[in-house]
Amino acid sequence: MLNSSLQQLGSALRARKISSVELTRLYLDRIAALNPVLNAYITTNAEASLAQARDADARLAAGTADALTGIPVAQKDIFCAKGWRTTCGSKMLANFVSPYDAHVIEQFNNVGAVNLGKTNMDEFAMGSSNETSYFGAVKNPYSQDAVPGGSSGGSACAVAARLCAAATGTDTGGSIRQPAALCGISGLKPTYGTVSRYGMIAFASSLDQAGPMARSAEDLALMLNVMTGFDERDSTSLQRAKEDYARDLAKPLDGLRIGLPKEFFAEGLSNDVAQAVNAAIAEYKKLGASIVEISLPNSRLSVPVYYVLAPAEASSNLSRFDGVRYGYRAPEYSDLTDMYEKSRAQGFGAEVKRRIMIGTYVLSHGYYDAYYLQAQKIRRLIAQDFTDAFRQCDVIMGPTSPSTAFKLGEKGDDPVQMYLSDIYTIAVNLAGLPGMSIPCGFGAANNGNPGMPVGLQIIGNYFDEVRMLNVAHQYQLATDWHSRAPQEL
Amino acid sequence: MSITNTDVRKVARLARLAMSETEIETARAQLAGIFDLIAEMQAVDTRNIAPMSHAQDVSQRLREDVVTATNQRELFQSIAPQVEAGLYLVPQVIE
Repeated sequence: MLNSSLQQLGSALRARKISSVELTRLYLDRIAALNPVLNAYITTNAEASLAQARDADARLAAGTADALTGIPVAQKDIFCAKGWRTTCGSKMLANFVSPYDAHVIEQFNNVGAVNLGKTNMDEFAMGSSNETSYFGAVKNPYSQDAVPGGSSGGSACAVAARLCAAATGTDTGGSIRQPAALCGISGLKPTYGTVSRYGMIAFASSLDQAGPMARSAEDLALMLNVMTGFDERDSTSLQRAKEDYARDLAKPLDGLRIGLPKEFFAEGLSNDVAQAVNAAIAEYKKLGASIVEISLPNSRLSVPVYYVLAPAEASSNLSRFDGVRYGYRAPEYSDLTDMYEKSRAQGFGAEVKRRIMIGTYVLSHGYYDAYYLQAQKIRRLIAQDFTDAFRQCDVIMGPTSPSTAFKLGEKGDDPVQMYLSDIYTIAVNLAGLPGMSIPCGFGAANNGNPGMPVGLQIIGNYFDEVRMLNVAHQYQLATDWHSRAPQEL
Repeated sequence: MSITNTDVRKVARLARLAMSETEIETARAQLAGIFDLIAEMQAVDTRNIAPMSHAQDVSQRLREDVVTATNQRELFQSIAPQVEAGLYLVPQVIE
C-alpha cells in the first residue's frame, strides 16, 4: 500500500478495498514511529485528518469521488490551513493558527483529499538544506547525517520515507526540485502564475510558485490537476483553460529534441552526478530523443541576480511581521520601535535576518540602480537565453543539483557555499519557466556511506508541463529509479 | 566594495532588527562575502535592456470596487499578541 501510486490508491479507495480512515491511520502510525527520527513534519493533527478521512469515505460510498478523494497528502507548512498551526518553519509563527485556507488547501479540500500534516521547511523557505527551520533540521531518509535539501525538505523526506502519499512544496529558487533530487523523488515547479499564491506565505513574490512532490511523474500530474487553476485573489494568477496534465503521459518520445546547456555540465558539477545524468540522457536517446547542444550564457549570473532580487522582495514581504496583529511579540520592550526591533530580532532566525539585511541594503537610497535595477535587467537576459534555446529544442535537461546530499552542518557557516547549491535551478525561477526533477540514479558511496540519490532536471517552455510530465513518465516506464526506497525504512 | 559596521547598523535600523555589536560584526563579514558574489553582476553591459520585474508580461487585473470580504474581526484578533475592546494594543506613541 505504501508503494502504491496515487492512481492505484484512488482505485482501491473507490473499490472500497480500503477506507480513507484506514489509509490515513496507516500513515499517521508510520509518522508517529518515524517522525521522531526524520523530523519531516512540524505539525500533525490526527483528529482533523481523520475527520477529513471520514468525510472522504462518505463521498467514496456515495460514488461522487474525485481522483484524489480520501488520499492523505502532506502540506508544506508554508500553506495557511484553517484551524491548523501554520509556522513557515519560524519562531515568528510558532503559535500561529491560521484563520483561513490557502487556495491550494481549498483545492485539496474541494476534491476531498486528506490533510495529513504540515511538513518541515527552511524558515520562510530560505535555505537549501532545511537546517534553518526553527523546528530543527529534517534528516535525509537515505542517510540520517545528510540533509534532505531545502526548502521543501520535509515534504521531500515525507514522500521518500513513505510518510504520505504525496506532498506539496514551493519553489522560489529550487526549493521543490533540489530536495526532490536529494531525496530521490519527483517534484515539479509549474510555470509562474499557474498555481495561486493566495495563502502561501510570501518569500519573493515574483519568483514563488507552488507545485507537487511525489514518487512519480504520473502522481505529479494528478496532484497538479488539483493544485492549478485561476484564483482572483492572487493578482499574478493566470486565467487559462483547465488542463488535464496526465493527458499525454503515454505519448512516445520519438522526435523529442533535448537541449543540453554546456554551462550545466562545466566545472563545479561532481563526477557522480554527471555520470548519472549522462546515463539518463543515453536512456532518452534509446527512447527516440535527439540531443541538441545549447548555451545559456547568462545562467552563471543567476545566483548573484537571485541574491539581489529574492532578498529585496523578502525584505518587503517580511516587513509585515511586526508583532502587532499576529505572530511573535518580544516579552519586554521600551517603546513601539523597540517592540518592532526586538520582536523581529527574536522571532526571525539568522538566515532570514541575513536576507532581510541584504534586501534592505540593495533597496536603500543610493544602491537601488546599481543592485536592484541591474539585477532586473540581467534577469531579462537570463530569460532571453531560454527563449533562444527553446527555438532549438523541446525540453532542456541537466543536473538538478551540483552534488548529492551533503552532510548536516557541512555548509552551515558559509552562506555563499549554501547559495551556490542552487546554481542550476535558480535561472528557471528568474525566467518563470516550469522545471522538474526526477530521480536518475545514485551517486558514489564513500567512507561506508551509501550512494545518495541524483536528480535529473527537466526544464520546459512556458505552459509546457504536459510535455514535461510525458517526458518524465516515459523515462520512468523504462527505468526504476523512481520506485527505489530508502532501505532501513 | 567594502561594507562597514556603520552601514550594517544603518540597514539593521531600516529593517527594524535589533542587533548587538557582536551580531553587527558577524553580519558585516557575511554580507561582505555575499556582496562579493553579487559583484559579478556589475561588469555586465545592460544598456538598452528593460528591467524584468515579472515572469509574465501581463497587466494587473482590475475588479469592481465593492466589498467582498466579510467582517471576521474576532477571529483575526483571536491570534493577536495583545488586544482590548476590539483594538490591537501597542506601546503608547502619542503623549
